[in-house]
Amino acid sequence: MIEIVSWKKGTEIKNEMRLEFRAISDNEAFARTAVAAFVAQLNPTLEEISDIKTAVSEAVTNSIIHGYDGEDREENKVWIHCFIKSDVLEVEVRDCGIGIENIDRAMEPLFTTKPELERSGMGFSFMEAFMDDLEVLSEVGQGTTVHMIKKLGITSWIEDVE
Amino acid sequence: MEEEFKVIDNYLMIRMPDEIDHHQSVHISKTADKYILDEKVGNVVFDFERTTFMDSSGIGIIVGRYKKIACFGGKVYAINTDSRIRRILMLSGLHNVVEIME
Repeated sequence: MIEIVSWKKGTEIKNEMRLEFRAISDNEAFARTAVAAFVAQLNPTLEEISDIKTAVSEAVTNSIIHGYDGEDREENKVWIHCFIKSDVLEVEVRDCGIGIENIDRAMEPLFTTKPELERSGMGFSFMEAFMDDLEVLSEVGQGTTVHMIKKLGITSWIEDVE
Repeated sequence: MEEEFKVIDNYLMIRMPDEIDHHQSVHISKTADKYILDEKVGNVVFDFERTTFMDSSGIGIIVGRYKKIACFGGKVYAINTDSRIRRILMLSGLHNVVEIME
């Protein structure tokens, strides 16, 4: 009995990971794949991996094209901080870009400041839809931090809405 | 895997790449528009057979092409969509403008 309990305790995972990369679109695929690889230790379903990859991709794309206005400068960096505690994943995507003036407005579906780039204005909506919790902190001229939480191992309960 | 373009009658067929994000989308949109203008095609078909990942940039590509051809009565189709791509299309309300073919 004691052995089983300690074995169970031993399976509680606590882990942390940090990434720093240059804010260029070539790194979008790298960022989401790196986060997906890090999450692999929680044995996520394919569905959960896709959800996380989409959300990370949206956040990183926002930092690159909105935060840094698509400018490639050496000092323009995006930081990702992942934290795992048992079956919960926390992802933080941070930039030191221009920041968001009106966060509520930015989070409205279909709202975009860059229609000329064919941005759909669905970035934050997708993050909200694919993760369990989303928090956006931003200060104009200082940068933006997107904080997302996803609990793994529950999506299989939720019926595919089609 | 690169995307591929092919014109069949009045349809531009676009075989989408395995991953569609902002990095890819600019190039796909530009090339598609070139075909739409040069070959004067009326309809666009997006083939998602190889696609395993798509974010909101994919929505931008579809909406952008729809805007270009809809005023001339053209239609946009999505074929070989898996449940994931369909979910993304539904989430963004695109199933109203795109004909999703099984």
